[in-house]
This record gives sequence, C-alpha cells and structure tokens, in this order.
Amino acid sequence: MLDADFFRRWMTATAASVDREAERLTALDSPIGDADHGSNLQRGFTAVTAVLQKENPDTPGAVLVLAGRQLISTVGGASGPLYGTLLRRTGKALGDDAEVGEEQLAEALRAGVDAVMALGGAAPGDKTMIDALVPAVEALGDSFTAARTAAEQGALATTPMQARKGRASYLGERSIGHQDPGATSAALLVAGLAEAAGE
Amino acid sequence: MKMLINVPETVVADALRGMAAAHPELTVDVDNRVIVRRDAPVAGKVALVSGGGSGHEPLHGGFVGPGMLSAACPGEVFTSPVPDQMLRAAAAVDSGAGVLFIVKNYTGDVLNFDMAAELAEDEGIQIAKVLVNDDVAVTDSLYTAGRRGTGATLFVEKIAGAAAEEGQPLERVEAVARQINESSRSFGVALSAVTTPAKGSPTFDLPPGELELGIGIHGEPGRERRAMMTSREIADFAVHAVLEDLQPRNPVLVLVNGMGATPLLELYGFNAEVQRVLGERGVAVARTLVGNYVTSLDMAGASVTLCQVDEEVLRLWDAPVRTPGLRWGV
Repeated sequence: MLDADFFRRWMTATAASVDREAERLTALDSPIGDADHGSNLQRGFTAVTAVLQKENPDTPGAVLVLAGRQLISTVGGASGPLYGTLLRRTGKALGDDAEVGEEQLAEALRAGVDAVMALGGAAPGDKTMIDALVPAVEALGDSFTAARTAAEQGALATTPMQARKGRASYLGERSIGHQDPGATSAALLVAGLAEAAGE
Repeated sequence: MKMLINVPETVVADALRGMAAAHPELTVDVDNRVIVRRDAPVAGKVALVSGGGSGHEPLHGGFVGPGMLSAACPGEVFTSPVPDQMLRAAAAVDSGAGVLFIVKNYTGDVLNFDMAAELAEDEGIQIAKVLVNDDVAVTDSLYTAGRRGTGATLFVEKIAGAAAEEGQPLERVEAVARQINESSRSFGVALSAVTTPAKGSPTFDLPPGELELGIGIHGEPGRERRAMMTSREIADFAVHAVLEDLQPRNPVLVLVNGMGATPLLELYGFNAEVQRVLGERGVAVARTLVGNYVTSLDMAGASVTLCQVDEEVLRLWDAPVRTPGLRWGV
C-alpha cells in the first residue's frame, strides 16, 4: 500500500529531476516553443516541495491536490493548468484514504489524464504530454518501472509527429523532427513515481 | 548576449518596480504582479482586465488607465500569468458592474483565464470573456491551437475600454470587444530572432540574409522563410495577406507595430509602403498608429493590423485615453 509519504517522495523526486533537467527541457522547447518549459516547471516544482513541507498533508489525495493547486498558482503558461489539473484530479480521485493500492493509483491517474485531455483538447498523436502519459497509465498495471519505460518511449515517439496543439502547432510541418518538451517532462513525472517506489 | 538586467529570475519584478516609480497614477502590486488604475474600482463602470506573458510591453500594463484597461496581469517572460493574479485583479477593479477578460488566443492564456473566471464567479464577480485571434499567418482549424492574438489586442482594449468608460453595460462592452476582434486581422514579419532572459541566446536561428514571414509575438515562426526583402516588398506581402482575409468595405484603422528592435525611422518608412498598398487596393484609412505597442522583446520586425470601423467604433477610438503606452484627448 502507498501512503502520503510515498506521494511526497514522488513529488520530491520529480522536483529534483525537473531541477536537473531544466536546461534540457528549455533547449527542447527552444526550436518549437518559446524556450521556457524548463524554467517554468522548475519554479512550480520548487514551490510544490516548499508547500508540502509547510503544510504536511496527511493523505495521498491531499498531497496531490495541494501539489496541483501549487502548480496552477506558480507555473503559468499552459503547463501550469495542465500539470496542475493532472495532479489535482488524480488526487481527488484518490479520495480521503490514508493508504491506496497500486491499482487504485492507476485508476486515479487515468482520471487525471482524462481531465488533462478534456482541458487541453489534445489526444494521443498531437505531440503533447498526453503521448507520454497515456502509455504510462496503460503500463502502470504491470509495474512502476514499466510505466517509466512506456512514458520515456512515448516521449521519444513524439519526435516524428507534427504538433497539433499548443505553441508548436503554429510551426506546422516544421515541428516534425523535434521531441516534444511536454512529453519529456511528463516522462520525468512518471520516472519520479518509479523512483518513489525505489525502482 | 548583453542585456540590461540583474538576473533572469527578477526581470519581471524589477520592471514592475521601475514602472511603479515612473507611473504614480497606477497601483503596481509588485509581489502579486497586478497593475491597477489607481481610482479603481470605478462605481458603475465595467472593468477590463487583460494579461499575458511579459516581454510585449507596453502591452498590457502600459495600457492600464482611464479609457482603456482597469487592470493587467503580467506573467513571466512569454508565459501566461496564473489564475491567482487574474482573480486578484478582477477583485480589485470590480465595482459590481462586472469584469471583461480580454484573452489572447494562446493555450496558456486561455486555460489560466478560464480557471480564473471560474474562481471569480465563485466569489460573485460577473465575468465575460473575449478571445483575440487576429493573426492570419496561422491556419485556423480543428487541428491547430487556432489563430494567435496579436496586434488587434490593442484595438480591442482601446475601443472596448472607451465603451466601458462611457458606462455601457457588460454585455454591450463584451459585444463591442467581440466585434472589434472579428473586424481585425494582422500579419507580422521578423528580421531577427528573439532572445529571452532565461535562455540568453536567440530562441531560433534566423540567418542575417533571411526574414520570417508570418511571425508571432513570441518569435514563433509563421508561414515561410525567405531571402531578405525590401520594405516595399514586405508591405505588399503583409497587407495582401491581411486583405485576403478581411476584405474591408468600410475605412480601416491601421496599426503598424514594431516588434521591439526596429526603430521608428524604419517603421514610418514601412508605414508609407503599407499606406501605398492600401491606396492601390482602394482601402480607405480612417486612422493610423505607428510605434512599438505589441512587442517581442528584442526582435526586429513589424506587424500590420487592420480593423474595419464604422462611425460608432471610430468615435470610441477617438475617445480620450490616458495610459503609459497610449495617450490622447486628455
């Protein structure tokens, strides 16, 4: 079973990898976006780590709802509402339970990803974070490691796609050949989950 | 790349502190990043709130004041503000007559303003929204994020601002804003790439001998890249692109807008060519505005925005405005 501490570790691990990878995310965002994905997420997850320490929420759901709200309040751009909604809706779906099972988490995350798709209007194949998240949720039934691998492969698979949502969509065909920064950061979030599980 | 900054992290806050010092007629909340006209909330008046990423100055903070915006929320550089800022702005300016959110069509701006509208309505503030999407360089289809909001934002903010100043009700101010957006089209060109403080180097590669046609206000590329053209050739291309889409029957407002690094000498010269093309196409010009209004940091280049107007809209355009970035009739 997974307790609040597991979810705090998830967020902390993600914050650390976003911190580490911020420059790479920004570099990926440079040719097809506006070169700020890394710095924006870095600002948001730094704030998430701080607020989790300060408020110390005691259920898995509360950890994610608080983290999501903090991202919405600090990131801006499209990433703030999208990542914020992902975590908030996943947290809400977990309810008030003090501990949750892995299957329960997979279901909640699926609800979170559905909410992101509804909010942003993106579907798989549009070259967005969805292309990493959808395969990750599918693989989560097997293991955290499988989810991480699926998300990473999903992010890599965005390279030959043409962007249809977000700022990269303005490039049309010229967005082809660049890995999507949103799918890349989504893979970091999923990797954080595996890390929290000690995998 | 040399920039007149301290560190990238404080660029927006530093600019707001400087703006506060230069404009005591505005209330600048540096910590919460909200710029409000000092006499807000004005009793009985619909409030206009806009915002977006920083780096487009004077948009939007420079358009706060009597006759235009009630408040503006600057985000990080090229990043939309967060809902908390918009909610704070709406609460500061609402007199009970409602608030119009003026939102440029970028995914981040749309999502954050949508969230802010929900939060504001929860607090009993009546919200209306208008989406600005005037850029003809972008294909508008189910499979794109839609047209970008660019130069027409100034027309919407000024003209809807004048309607609000007269005491028109929210649904009327919203209708005016929507009408101005629908009557406006833009096309921009870049002669150089843009450098954001966070990155410190050009965000895209534009060789010295080339220009990008159909550029957005974040330096997002547009239609195509070509060998450098003359001002005359660029005006032909840009104005034709706009007229292909707008086909005005009435006179137009013309905005010849600099992207930040193109001097007025060039912009006025470019305007001469724009006016020539309009004349050749039989389009009557009611008013022309030339300058840096909707900028893109240090990008060189310009955009042309046309807005088809009737007598009533022209009257609202000519109405007094008193803001740091636009000021006449007072």
